[in-house]
Amino acid sequence: MKKFAAMLTAFTMALGLTACGSGNAAGADNAFHLGTIGPLTGQNAIYGEAVANGAKVAVEEINAMGGVQFVLESKDDAADPETSVNAYHNLLDNGMQVLVSPTTTACAIEVSTHVYEDRVFMLTPSASAPDVTAGKDNVFQVCFTDPNLGLGAADYMAEHMPEAKIGVLYRSDDAYSQGVRDTFMTQAKKNNLNVLYEGSFTEDTSTNFEVQLTSARAAGVDLMFIPIYFQPASVVLNQAKAMGYAPTFFGVDGLDGLLTMENFDVSVAEGVMLMTPFAANAGDERTENFVKKYKEEFGSVPNQFAADAYDAVYIVKEALEKAGCTPDQTHQELCEALLKTMPELKVDGLTGKGLTWKANGEVSKDPLAVEIRSGEYVPVA
Amino acid sequence: MEFLAYLISGISLGSVYAIIALGYTMVYGIAKMLNFAHGDVIMVGGYISFCAMQSLGFSAFPSVLLAMLVCTMLGVVIEALAYKPLRSAAPLAVLITAIGVSNLLQNAAMLIWKAAPRVYTPVVSGSMQLFDGKLKVSYISLLTIAACLVIMAALMLFTGKTRIGKAMRACAEDRGAAELMGINVNATVSLTFAIGSGLAAIAGVLLCSFSGTLMPTTGSMPGIKAFTAAVFGGIGSIPGAFLGGLLLGVIESLAQAYITSTMANSIVFCVLIAVLLVRPAGLLGKYVPEKV
Repeated sequence: MKKFAAMLTAFTMALGLTACGSGNAAGADNAFHLGTIGPLTGQNAIYGEAVANGAKVAVEEINAMGGVQFVLESKDDAADPETSVNAYHNLLDNGMQVLVSPTTTACAIEVSTHVYEDRVFMLTPSASAPDVTAGKDNVFQVCFTDPNLGLGAADYMAEHMPEAKIGVLYRSDDAYSQGVRDTFMTQAKKNNLNVLYEGSFTEDTSTNFEVQLTSARAAGVDLMFIPIYFQPASVVLNQAKAMGYAPTFFGVDGLDGLLTMENFDVSVAEGVMLMTPFAANAGDERTENFVKKYKEEFGSVPNQFAADAYDAVYIVKEALEKAGCTPDQTHQELCEALLKTMPELKVDGLTGKGLTWKANGEVSKDPLAVEIRSGEYVPVA
Repeated sequence: MEFLAYLISGISLGSVYAIIALGYTMVYGIAKMLNFAHGDVIMVGGYISFCAMQSLGFSAFPSVLLAMLVCTMLGVVIEALAYKPLRSAAPLAVLITAIGVSNLLQNAAMLIWKAAPRVYTPVVSGSMQLFDGKLKVSYISLLTIAACLVIMAALMLFTGKTRIGKAMRACAEDRGAAELMGINVNATVSLTFAIGSGLAAIAGVLLCSFSGTLMPTTGSMPGIKAFTAAVFGGIGSIPGAFLGGLLLGVIESLAQAYITSTMANSIVFCVLIAVLLVRPAGLLGKYVPEKV
């Protein structure tokens, strides 16, 4: 009797294990499996959540239209590259076929090497360093690369404020900030811009900018270029106000999220300019629909990361349709098909019209500059 | 004129370091242990005052008092639970325990308040103008410097003139003899932790008001810098903590301004190494040879 009970238990357990194993037949439910990875906790949670939510809105819309169907799974990586790789493997085990992630640059660089070896198609909505796509034919970006941001900023300044006395404040231990600053400086020199001051900080001095701001003021700077994330930027703005120093601050897409910081006094951000591919109050119908849906579902106004993720899902949909893929194909097959289709694709998205891709994965689109007035983005020229 | 601005910036930064360094130096002097969790008590002070101002709607002063109260109790509890049982253990064990407590505090804060940075409303805002508006000094900087001076004066009076203060100095000098003289060493050590943690709460409020931002890791770097300041000025010596803190703040500020803002931290630590090579016990420390 005992032996029989033991055998029965063992048999049931084995059955349970096999049931676990077979739950990930890719496309068994006739839908493509998408995965997103991003920081859902931690300092940069706002970005990861935006990507996961924006993708969700897109997936729901596309599924409602009939035709191509998607199943979305989102994982947290707390913006840590190792956790990101684990999340990626987890998603693969659960049957993911196309990766619409990771969100942050450092994680994307790490995951992209695995994706290249495993032959999974990767379209990152927001990881912007060129290292993410360099040398990998199956990795593409929706967002600008950092060099393009720096270039775009310098060109914008040359066109609209050529006489400005410019200062630069960047974070020297961050790939994103350093990357943007490098190309900005090169292009600024080419455009004959007047850069009077350059200051930097590192992660552990990112709460005290009095010295840098005082030096900038002493040099006569009236336009501060700050290619940094919104969290240290909020400190810079507050301290500049406390010091009574009011240059025009000009940032790039990392400043997105400034206005949604809890308790942040938005009057301090009045007049701040930033380069962003997406403004929630742009007048066109598609943006308005997206913003409305996002607000209903998540209770907040979407930022450009959400828009990038939304576009990424639609881009994947169009590429899959153009390549004639079916959900029962493996991720390797999808990968090979998609990477051939991408350079021939032209998509109109929330973050740009006529997006096209080069074979190396970089996107071509025009940046947009906005100014913060009364706590809202207002597109300027 | 900029030099003056940098100097004031450095002094106010240094004042915060000095207040924190006091906690390190007092605990080391009396209990002969390094309380690495001190930096995180600062962070707890910041969060308590943040919650008091946001959720409970207190104004600045009561929030600071509440933070001081909670941190003082926290300091005493940590001492009783984590350090007291190890009074006779090897110093290394206590050090590791301190690091463990530090981790515990950081992660507990992350669980309770989530890891996202919070915007901290400064307790005072605005700035005053000097020299016809050529120099603007923020009120928070002035408050920090004033707080540091007041605390310094109060502590010197306390340890110099009161009985309890004398008991603390006695314990620092020779614990065994102090016990034999009838001084309650346990109570004295607990009081030291209490005072140090209360001061940490003030430092936390000032630090967060200065930077306008608060997150679970806010206390760790200032904690390390303050520890450096305490060693720099002579660990175990209260005037040493003040001197070390102020000097460190000024050096950091001037290095950032005139040499390079990227390597400011490295320069500060290099100065520490240089000073320790010349005066191993710190600037005001006493070199006490151990009798074998």
